[in-house]
Order: sequence, then C-alpha cells, then structure tokens
Amino acid sequence: MVKSTSKDAQDLFRSLRSAYSATPTNLKIIDLYVVFAVFTALIQVAYMAMVGSFPFNSFLSGVLSCIGTAVLAVCLRIQVNKENKEFKDLAPERAFADFVLCNLVLHLVIINFLG
Amino acid sequence: MMAGSGLRFLVLILAVAICGAASVFQPISDSHRSAAVDVFLPVDGSYKSLGEAYEALKTLEILGIDKKSDLSSATCENVVKVLGSSSSTLKDAFYALSVNGILKCKTGEAVLLKDIVSQLQAGVKGAKSLLDFYYSVRGLVLVKEQFPGTVLSIGDAEAVFRSIKTLSQTDGRWRYSSNNPESSTFAAGLAFETLAGVISLAPSEIDQSLIQTLKTGILKLFDGIQKYDDGTFYFDEKSVDASQGPISTTASVIKGITSFAASESTGLNLPGDKIVGLAKFLLGVGIPGDAKDFFNQIDALACLEDNRFSVPLILSLPSTVISLSKKEPLKVKVSTVLGSTAPALSVKLAQAISSRTKDSSVINNQELKFDADSATYFLDSFPKNFDVGKYTFIFEIVLDDSANEKVYITEAQTKVPIAATGVISIENAEIAVLDSDIGSVESQKKLDLTKDGAVALSANHLQKLRLSFQLTSPLGHVFKPHQAFFKLKHESQVEHIFLVKTSAKKSELVLDFLGLVEKLYYLSGKYEIQLTIGDASMENSLLSNIGHIELDLPERPEKAPRPPVQSTEPLSRYGPKAEISHIFRIPEKLPAKQLSLVFLGLIVLPFIGFLIGLTQLGANIKSFPSSAGSAIPALLFHVGIAAVLLLYVLFWWKLDLFTTLKGVSLLGVFLLFVGHRTLSQLAAASNKLKSA
Repeated sequence: MVKSTSKDAQDLFRSLRSAYSATPTNLKIIDLYVVFAVFTALIQVAYMAMVGSFPFNSFLSGVLSCIGTAVLAVCLRIQVNKENKEFKDLAPERAFADFVLCNLVLHLVIINFLG
Repeated sequence: MMAGSGLRFLVLILAVAICGAASVFQPISDSHRSAAVDVFLPVDGSYKSLGEAYEALKTLEILGIDKKSDLSSATCENVVKVLGSSSSTLKDAFYALSVNGILKCKTGEAVLLKDIVSQLQAGVKGAKSLLDFYYSVRGLVLVKEQFPGTVLSIGDAEAVFRSIKTLSQTDGRWRYSSNNPESSTFAAGLAFETLAGVISLAPSEIDQSLIQTLKTGILKLFDGIQKYDDGTFYFDEKSVDASQGPISTTASVIKGITSFAASESTGLNLPGDKIVGLAKFLLGVGIPGDAKDFFNQIDALACLEDNRFSVPLILSLPSTVISLSKKEPLKVKVSTVLGSTAPALSVKLAQAISSRTKDSSVINNQELKFDADSATYFLDSFPKNFDVGKYTFIFEIVLDDSANEKVYITEAQTKVPIAATGVISIENAEIAVLDSDIGSVESQKKLDLTKDGAVALSANHLQKLRLSFQLTSPLGHVFKPHQAFFKLKHESQVEHIFLVKTSAKKSELVLDFLGLVEKLYYLSGKYEIQLTIGDASMENSLLSNIGHIELDLPERPEKAPRPPVQSTEPLSRYGPKAEISHIFRIPEKLPAKQLSLVFLGLIVLPFIGFLIGLTQLGANIKSFPSSAGSAIPALLFHVGIAAVLLLYVLFWWKLDLFTTLKGVSLLGVFLLFVGHRTLSQLAAASNKLKSA
C-alpha cells in the first residue's frame, strides 16, 4: 500500500510537471515572481519570530508588501491567461498597466507605514 | 472703648492719607553734614571739572564744613588757568568765577579783569541760547560782586531783557533757544536768574511794565506746580524724557525766584503754603545719594532760608513716641530749613485725635511751654483720659507780632503721627482643660505670664483647652493687642500656632482637640506651650513659656497626612533640595546587529533566485520596440516607473507624505501618458500579428 501511494505521488508530480511545462513563458515569469514574493515574506516572518515584533508596523509593512504584490501578480496572471474565457476581451497590456498602477499605490502606502 | 480690628485701623490710615497724611519733616542736621563730607570731598584730592568743584564747594560752604587747604589750592590753580586763558568757554568762565567767589583765590597778574569782562560782554551780545545768556550775565554779576569798583556795563540792558524774554511761553515755561520748540520748567528757573542778573546790573534801565509781565509769568508757572498728599509741592517736567528730575527742576525755580526777588524791591507775592510746601519737598528728600541732587537740595534750601518774600519755618519732633510710664514731655522744635533758630513764636497743640475715636479730640488748644536753653517747646502734662494707642497731633504756630526784618511763613496746621505707649497690666490669666460635652473643668491652673512657668497638664482628644487673660491699659480700658499667639510645640519639633481672640471683656482661646487631631498630625506626646503678646503701644510685650501639656490623640489612619520632616538645622531649608530622579520609558530591546545584517543578506537571496529563474526560463526583451518613435515612450515608461520607486525611497529616507504625494501625482500623470502610448503601441503590434 505504501509503495503504491509513493508511486502515485511520484506519478502525480511527474504529470503536474509535464502539464506545467506547457504553460506559456510569460505566465511562468509571473509564477516565478509570486514565488519570489512569498519567499521574501516567509524570511521576514522567520526574522520576526526570532527577534520579536518590535517595531510591529515595520513588520506588517514588509510582509504585507510582499503578500500584496503577490496577490496583484496573481490577478495579472488570471487576466493575461488566454485560456480564461472571462477575460477574453481584456487586452493583456491593459492588465499589465493595472498591475503597475496598483503596485505603485500599494508601495506608496507601504512606504508610509514603514516608518 | 476698646474697639477697632486691624481692618478698621487700615481704613483709618487710608482716610488720613486721603485727607492729608500726617508726616514729620526734619530740617537739615548733622547727619546731612557728615554725609556731605563723604559725598563732596574727593578721594584723590581734586575735582574732575569746575562745575563739580563749584557744586561741592558751595554745598560745603552752606553747611559750614571746612574745606581742606590743599584741595582749595589745587582748585584755585585750575580757576586761575581758566580765567587767564582767552579761549575758555562761557560755561568754564562762569564756573571759574563761581568757585573764585567761594575760595577767593589770589588771581595775580595772570588774570586781566578787563579781558574777562570783555569776553563776557561779547558773550551777552552774541548770545543765541538761554544758556549763553545765563553764563554771560551771571558771570558779569559775579565779577561785579568779587571785584568791586570794576566798571562794567551790560550794553543795552532793555534790549538784552527783551531778547531773553522772547524765549518765554504763555504757560509759564521757557524755551532754551528760539530754534528749539521744547520748553521746560528748569529753563524757567535759569531765565529768572538771568533776568534778575540783568536787573541788578542795570537797575534803572528796565521798564516797570517788563518786570510786571515777568511777575505774572512767575505766577503762571506756579499754577503748574504739583503736589503730594502730605502737603509738599514741587515742580517737575511734563515731558517724559526730560533730563532734569523733580529735585533739580524745583531747585532751579526756587533759585530763580529768590534771585529775582532779591533784585526787585517791589516784592513778589507768592502763595505762602506753596513756599512751605516747596521747603517740605526738599527736606522730604532726606539725604540724597547723588552729588547733584545734594547740591540742588542744599542750594535751594539756602535760597529759601534767607529770601525777600517769605522764609519758611519747619516744625519737627525729635521723637514721636510718648511713654506714659516714663512721664517724659513731648518735645517740639521750630526752626528754619537749614536748622537756624526761629524768631519768637508760640506753638499750640490744637487737637489730638485718637485713632479709635476719630471725631473727638482728646486734647484741645493746649499751649506748649518754651525752654530757652534747648530752644524747644514741650508738653509735659497730658489729660487724664490720654490712653495708649496711636494719635494724630495737630500743631499750630502763632508768630509773635513783634516786628521782624523778614517775613516768616509756616504751615497752617502741622499733622504729626504720635504713638503713646504704656505698661499694660495682665490679670486673671488662667489655663484649663475642659471636658468637651459637659464643659466642666477637669483641671485649671492660674498663670503668671510675666515669668516662665512649669504648668503640667494632660488632655485627650475628647477634651478642650481654654486659655484666658485680661489686658488692661493704664486708664483701665480693655486692651486688644496686635499680636497674641499661642504656640504648641511637639517633642519632634512640629509647631502649631493659634491666635488668641480678644472680645469686649477678655482675651480667650479655646482649642477643641476633637476637631484638631488632623491638624496636629495625630501626634501624641508632650507639647510645650508658649504664649506671645505684643503691640506697638505695649511697653511690656511678653513671650512666656507656660509649661507643657501631654496630649493623647488616636492612632493615625492610613490616609492622614504625615507631619513635615523637621530638620535640626534651622537654615537647612535654604540648602539644596533632593535630586529628582525622572522615570523614562525603558527603550525596547533591539536585536543584535549581526543578526540583522545576516537577515538582510537572506532577504536578498529570493531576489537573486528570481533573477536566476528568469534567465532559466529564457525571459528576454526582444519585443522591446526598436523604432525610434516607439522606443522613446517605452524608455520613458521604464524611466518613469524607476523615478516613482526612487521617490518612494526618498520618501522613506527624508521626505514627508505631502511632498511625496505632490511628486507622485506629477510623475503619475507623466507615466499615464507615456505608458498609455507604449502599451497601446504594443497592443497594436500584437493585434497586427494576430490578424496577420
């Protein structure tokens, strides 16, 4: 039984990997960006766990900037993905412009909160 | 009857002040003379200027103090030098002549009289200001006095008189020169002296009408005289930034009118009370600290002492305290302002008003006896109802009608504050401890307040302490002392003071310990009792230690105030206080620096991972537009985003939100245009590809 489950996991992993390689490059870039942002957030949380939460506003600012930009990147990915029927009419350039604008606003607020 | 709380006494003082304050003025005495020696004799043996020398020497001469001979010789040298030189100013020549008049220097051949006279006459002719006229005319007068037989003339006296007169004003004040519109009362005094000099140099040439207008001018000036409530009159400048104060202004006017009266034989009618008031003002200054004020005071008083219109007489008292126990007479002196003897006169005590009964007078129209040896008037018998306390004595002086060479003038009534003191008898002094509810006496002791006692009492907080005594004045009236303090002092040096109140019959203090436990800080134990009775009219004021009392008070509750810490050293309250330690918020513990730097490095790692991942994925910028028209907006778009991010970094570093918002809005508008351009071009390009 155990062997079959581990074999199933390996098969699952391999099929995911092959399916993923079919995605277009621009989507992969966005995925990479999201992973980068999340990793940065995790390192900040680990640091806070070690030294304490003073100053708390700076911690929140840092973590939320990473999470925020990850969320915006996910939104961009949804809108740019050609397989998404809902956003067929939306030009990818328009989505990218939204992404840039929202990021700039987010980072203004973050910098203000950073202290 | 014994009446009058402190408030009523205060009201009386105000009433007396409003209707004419009582005060005593002393004529010039030996204390003035000794002060003059200190002020006017220079330490290094010479005077700084001839003006100072004149002021000092004149004051010392009036006061009758002998001048040192080496000082005289040094000053005489200076005088001879000035008078001998032809280039000295009018002011220097005037002061040199004035000093010469006092010291009588031997001028010798170095000084040619006719040179001085011609210099002064040229000064009179060419004078442009009041001071020029003053120095030159007065200088000629001094030459005439000191060198009799010298022929000198002032030229056209009437013209000189008129040209000086043009400087007068209708309000009685004078200007210094025709150019300067400022006028002053001090200048009026100088003008009178100058015109008096002109009249004395050429007595027959001046028209009577001119002298009459001058007299009316003097009376006009007297309309502007100022006064204080105690009957003193003085002159002062009206302008705020005047260089002369009231003493020099008053002295200048007095000198002017006395010299004018001396040169004018028809007499000047000045109101007598104002002359006496002026004399009192100058005497009221006391001993001035300033040399100039001292000179002005003494010089003006000397002019008043011996003048042609009226010589003021001053009534003074060496002591204003009557002791009923010692039975000494009250002495009164009448003299001139400089302390010389007065003519024959009689002094009457018109009224003696007590501070308690303001309407009626205790003494009426009592004539004072005269003692020729000491030249004082004295009152040795007082009526039977003359009790201790404060009085206002009103004296009147009546001059004998025998013909005097001079006209004397005195105040109509001189009000003098007198204090009558006596021995107050203390009777029925006793101290008792009472039970609070019933009022019955638990223990009672008689006291002899004239000496310290050793009374021992004890009480608890439910009882009362009563102290009572009777004070009687020499006439048998109930006496209310100004101070009656009852002090309880604990073993730990904590003190409490209570006031003993006096009613119509006796003085009594009742301490109810039930209400006082908190004031006494709940301290039980031995308290020392001390009684203080004092008053200005009481010759036997006392402070007696009565004894001690053992007080049994309840325990101190938690919230009651603690007694103040008594230091053993009485002066320690003026020493440095305890240092205040401030409590600050403990700063938060920051992590170690190395740890923070390590994590800074760790944060960069995901970014590096991102870049590596990008290269692995084969991300490129191939679709970056190549043509110039499209490349520029694209480039500007990236530059704009970089600028915004840079602005954010600056914002975090030093800017504030509003500046940043301004910058962001500007860059945002720019980015909007450029970005729209770029992305629409990209969209058009991809659409073309799709359709193609």
